[in-house]
Amino acid sequence: MKTVFHTQDGLIHAVNGVSFHLDEGELLAVVGESGSGKSVAMMSLLQLLPIPPAEIASGRVAFEGQDLVRLSASGIRQVRGARIGFIFQDPMTSLNPVFTVGFQIMEPLRTHLGMSRRQARKRAAELLELVGIPGAAARLNDYPHQFSGGMRQRVMIAIALACDPKVLIADEPTTALDVTVQAQILELVKDLRQRLGMAIIWITHDLGVAAGIADRIIVMYGGQIVEHARIGELFENPRHPYTRALLDSLPGRHKANEKLRSIGGQPPLLTREPDFCPFSARCSHVHDRCRAENPPLERVSESHDVACWWDKERRAISGGQLPESVHAR
Amino acid sequence: MLAEANTMRPERARPADTLVSIEGLKMHFPVYKGVLRRKVGAVQAVDGLSFDIMRGETLGLVGESGCGKSTTGRAILGLYRPTAGKVHFGGEDVAAIEGERLRRLRPKMQMIFQDPQASLNPRMTVGSIVAEPLVEHQVAKAGERRARVRELLDQVGLNPDYVNRYPHEFSGGQRQRIGIARALALDPDFIVCDEPIAALDVSIQAQVVNLLQDLQHRLGLTYLFISHDLSMVRHIADRVAVMYLGKMVELADVDALFSKPKHPYTRALLSAVPVPDPKIEADRRRILLKGDLPDAANPPKGCRFCTRCPEAVAQCFDVEPEWRDLEGGRKVACHLAN
Ligand SMILES: Nc1ncnc2c1ncn2[C@@H]1O[C@H](COP(=O)(O)OP(=O)(O)OP(=O)(O)O)[C@@H](O)[C@H]1O
Ligand SMILES: Nc1ncnc2c1ncn2[C@@H]1O[C@H](COP(=O)(O)OP(=O)(O)OP(=O)(O)O)[C@@H](O)[C@H]1O
Ligand code: SF4
Ligand SMILES: [Mg+2]
Ligand SMILES: [Mg+2]
Repeated sequence: MKTVFHTQDGLIHAVNGVSFHLDEGELLAVVGESGSGKSVAMMSLLQLLPIPPAEIASGRVAFEGQDLVRLSASGIRQVRGARIGFIFQDPMTSLNPVFTVGFQIMEPLRTHLGMSRRQARKRAAELLELVGIPGAAARLNDYPHQFSGGMRQRVMIAIALACDPKVLIADEPTTALDVTVQAQILELVKDLRQRLGMAIIWITHDLGVAAGIADRIIVMYGGQIVEHARIGELFENPRHPYTRALLDSLPGRHKANEKLRSIGGQPPLLTREPDFCPFSARCSHVHDRCRAENPPLERVSESHDVACWWDKERRAISGGQLPESVHAR
Repeated sequence: MLAEANTMRPERARPADTLVSIEGLKMHFPVYKGVLRRKVGAVQAVDGLSFDIMRGETLGLVGESGCGKSTTGRAILGLYRPTAGKVHFGGEDVAAIEGERLRRLRPKMQMIFQDPQASLNPRMTVGSIVAEPLVEHQVAKAGERRARVRELLDQVGLNPDYVNRYPHEFSGGQRQRIGIARALALDPDFIVCDEPIAALDVSIQAQVVNLLQDLQHRLGLTYLFISHDLSMVRHIADRVAVMYLGKMVELADVDALFSKPKHPYTRALLSAVPVPDPKIEADRRRILLKGDLPDAANPPKGCRFCTRCPEAVAQCFDVEPEWRDLEGGRKVACHLAN
């Protein structure tokens, strides 16, 4: 997947050659800093970006034997909200203040599943109950402003789940919430996964959240996937300099009174042709090759991929087998 | 729980004297309704806080959105006239003094805001933003001022040659540094940091936190550090105060609070913080709170936490718990804690 934006100041390479797969029933976390392309990548998948300024320069999204990128407008609408539920943190997809909560849950049920009003109403009440809203049936006639932030987020989840999707894409669904409310939502998601068995893509910038719920994790930087691994493997054996520095900068990983290890510098502007490593300006292992050539994402062990020249050399030196000392950070 | 992870912390130098003393602080905002705009009630944003801030320490202030953290910070700085209670700063009553003495006191207390974007005037150059407090308080002549601005920029790790640039030319972390430089301009003793890193990327947060700590050591600053990021508070604070619905529920040394939280709300809050370690997360038990934060204009009778407290007994629904002292300089407001 490659997505660019045409702007007055030229091209912005927002998503640059991102490839991944999602297994049935698994939870894939996507982390990365602001502007690294997490949202644009997921919105490209579902044709949710305005074209122009956006352009999907290349890419393919295989889902149930179809290529989602090539689907017609009506074709993608059949998939969106029905086979793939999504919760995006942009106003376009959040709750509409002038309609009741019940109406907004019932709408996809009626358009996608062709339910009658009565059926849809019954199902909407069930869904609200499923996401843990007390007195669900009685609250269908309430407007969004009568709900707290945490409850509105639960309603968003209920809408996304309405048509029993195979896949749920959730873009920072708990970022704006308090930790105690976030904890409620995370438990809810764990519970729903067990009961409904859907696959989930969960975008977050909180490594703690990812650690708690994900099976696998993708780390994005500057519009690219720089590392991908099973969740335990990534935390135990991070390989990309960005991932390593990110984990190192977390306060929990420091001894008392120790200074936080910070990553100097700033994230890259995405205006330059991506023919160099996006992390090179801030990397402590940078060398000439990093500035001249963009490292490809390469498999280093079973379901662990890294895009880094330094790591590649490290692997070559140790003949593919890493001595223990290299792991120790 | 998060608590066990690192409880061994070398003894920090314990500052002894009180810099800011808060006594029975209340801040109620009136609620008006109807065409006649009649007062129908009041949001009890802050309702009777008493605590001290020691010279040279960082006091963390945590709690859920809307519990009154920012209001507390602003009332301490005298930006609001409190509904009741007193704030003493270096022995002077902030609310009572006026005129010349207030003008002398004001510069000693500063604030750093959450959103560096919104708190900097986009039409002013960085140099004039940082110089603004110097001009306002008529400190130094123009030439000295320019030198001082360069020194301040340097102090926060910005290139002094950037004085003529505008805020939009900087990144989020750099803009937060500009805000810090401005807060430092008048040589304050005390800074209220209101969510200073909330708007920043994880990789940039560490830069700003390190800077705040550096400056504290070099300049002997005292911080009230408001944040909802408990792991960062644990890192930076000496003591931590926990608020719930306008009340302080617990105050303790950072290690004591994280390893042995006494208030049921503190326990729930700590257990909700995600830990960036899949092994710990795998078998962690969370205390899940039921329901939502009650309305601050109409708080529950008895203990304010009683409607959601997993441990509440009959007394809690009836009698408000006292803000009382426990061993080791801790304070708590819960009938059951000991
Ligand atoms: N409509 C647009 N026009 C031009 N550039 C855009 C547009 N939308 C996004 N971008 C750019 O695309 C890049 C990726 O943005 P994206 O929203 O995917 O980041 P993100 O990883 O989701 O960040 P965040 O964590 O802040 O949500 C950014 O550099 C952004 O500035
Ligand atoms: N100027 C005001 N007028 C009326 N009500 C106010 C005012 N300022 C704050 N409040 C109310 O007082 C309560 C406490 O607000 P405050 O901003 O202090 O919370 P906070 O703990 O800082 O929350 P957050 O974490 O979201 O910043 C809230 O219910 C808020 O709506
Ligand atoms: S490719 Fe080079 S610059 Fe990029 S992360 Fe690896 S070592 Fe650093
Ligand atoms: Mg995003
Ligand atoms: Mg606030």
